[in-house]
Amino acid sequence: MKRFGHRGKDGKRSEKTAVAGISFSVKKGEIFGLLGPNGAGKTTTIRMMTLAARPTSGEIRYEGLSIREHAREVKELLGIVPQHINFDQDLTVGENMELHARLHHMGAAERRARIAKLLDYVELSDVVNDGVRRLSGGMKRRLLIVRALIHRPRILFLDEPTVALDPQVRRRIWDMVKDLATEGVTVFLTTHYIEEAEALCDRVAILAKGRLLDIDTPANLRAKTNLPTLEEVFLQMTEKKK
Amino acid sequence: MMEQRLTDIATVFWRDWVVLKRRLAKFLLSRMVAPLLYLVAFGWGLGRSIPVEGGTYLDFIVPGILALNSMNISFNSITPVHAERVYHKSLEEYVSAPIWPDAFVLGKLLAALLRALLSSAIICALAFAFGARLSITPLFLLVLSMNCILFAEIGFIAAMKINTFEEMGQVNTYILLPMSFLCGTFFHTAALPSALRLIIDALPLTHTSYLLRALGTGTDASLASLVVLVLYAVFLYVLCVRTFRRLSE
Ligand SMILES: Nc1ncnc2c1ncn2[C@@H]1O[C@H](COP(=O)(O)OP(=O)(O)OP(=O)(O)O)[C@@H](O)[C@H]1O
Ligand SMILES: [Mg+2]
Repeated sequence: MKRFGHRGKDGKRSEKTAVAGISFSVKKGEIFGLLGPNGAGKTTTIRMMTLAARPTSGEIRYEGLSIREHAREVKELLGIVPQHINFDQDLTVGENMELHARLHHMGAAERRARIAKLLDYVELSDVVNDGVRRLSGGMKRRLLIVRALIHRPRILFLDEPTVALDPQVRRRIWDMVKDLATEGVTVFLTTHYIEEAEALCDRVAILAKGRLLDIDTPANLRAKTNLPTLEEVFLQMTEKKK
Repeated sequence: MMEQRLTDIATVFWRDWVVLKRRLAKFLLSRMVAPLLYLVAFGWGLGRSIPVEGGTYLDFIVPGILALNSMNISFNSITPVHAERVYHKSLEEYVSAPIWPDAFVLGKLLAALLRALLSSAIICALAFAFGARLSITPLFLLVLSMNCILFAEIGFIAAMKINTFEEMGQVNTYILLPMSFLCGTFFHTAALPSALRLIIDALPLTHTSYLLRALGTGTDASLASLVVLVLYAVFLYVLCVRTFRRLSE
């Protein structure tokens, strides 16, 4: 559970529960989708799972390791693509990548090779020496995704990764995500493109107002509700909640 | 273990060095303006008509200018961390990386120290050009560095705690600017009313001014003042580390 404490303009404290009573497990190599309307608590859940926010209560484990007790080991495993752009604005594209690699203790040679390869993959090699401010919105998203991959994370968190990407690039990212999962990387993804979840995810969890409504494979969810697409399942479930 | 900690500090420092290197000339040039004006107005212009025991007024204020300048530079070198935290969110990279959390604090402090020492070197060069007498001993450099670290720490804590740009600016106006003028930099604190003096004498910059002046002119420096600076620096360091670790709450 995550509860945010706030001090309002009148100085009084108020509290807001962002997510509560969520419990699930994700398998190694699985692509797991977390779906839910705006404000459902997806980002909050990811932030708790990536040690960016401390849960008010509850526990998170990776392969039996409690994330708080083994913070450093766990951080080595995680790759994080946040919902918002969070580059260092004073550094170039290449320097942002290098900073990430250094923060993950990669040697100089490995760093260079890996960064060149990833930038090439998302067609950003030409802008490697440009300041990140000069990138277009879609270029920034692409950079954000490959930055998280530099250190070869075992668990990848993607918080609305394909927002603002053109269809070609989106497909490319999908392919990349599938390849990673085949290599044994666990992928935890949120998206508002339900067809994206349908195409990628082995299982999806549907979240609304901080509560978990259901977890299952897209096929099972469709079967259960007798609806033709996951999108309709999603709409019906979250509609009822309102 | 130790080696990795040093690597982490180096990484944080590397980032600041990359940024500084790109703007080094601009940085150095812009840092010369204020101290140059102080030297001209107070040291050279006003100072020639002010008698001070045992030397010229210029000799008196150069250590004061070094103290206040290193305070301002080190504080303002670290406050961009505020925008990185609140606005660009780029501190998230450090928070989610498997680094030793204190390495972030230490790396940033070292980078601020470097900037402040570079600008101090410029002031010394200018002061010598104006004919000031000042002896720079290892202890003198130690005191100057302590001053830089301590105010970088204050800048760091402000950057972690304060949420608006407006309030960040106010720290400069309401805290650093008064200290620049009152803490034994341009005149002896004995000239202040005793109630005010009590407060001023407790502030770290006052101790730095007196220490630098004593060491720079080769007179006896107070060991107590040095201890005060060290205590401030250690206490503030603990706060820095704590505020940084709290970021992921
Ligand atoms: N730092 C914060 N302080 C206070 N409340 C917060 C904070 N972050 C999120 N919340 C609240 O928690 C709830 C869940 O927000 P969250 O960002 O997790 O939603 P989301 O599912 O990611 O939504 P979106 O699809 O819009 O990204 C919202 O009501 C939001 O207002
Ligand atoms: Mg979100």
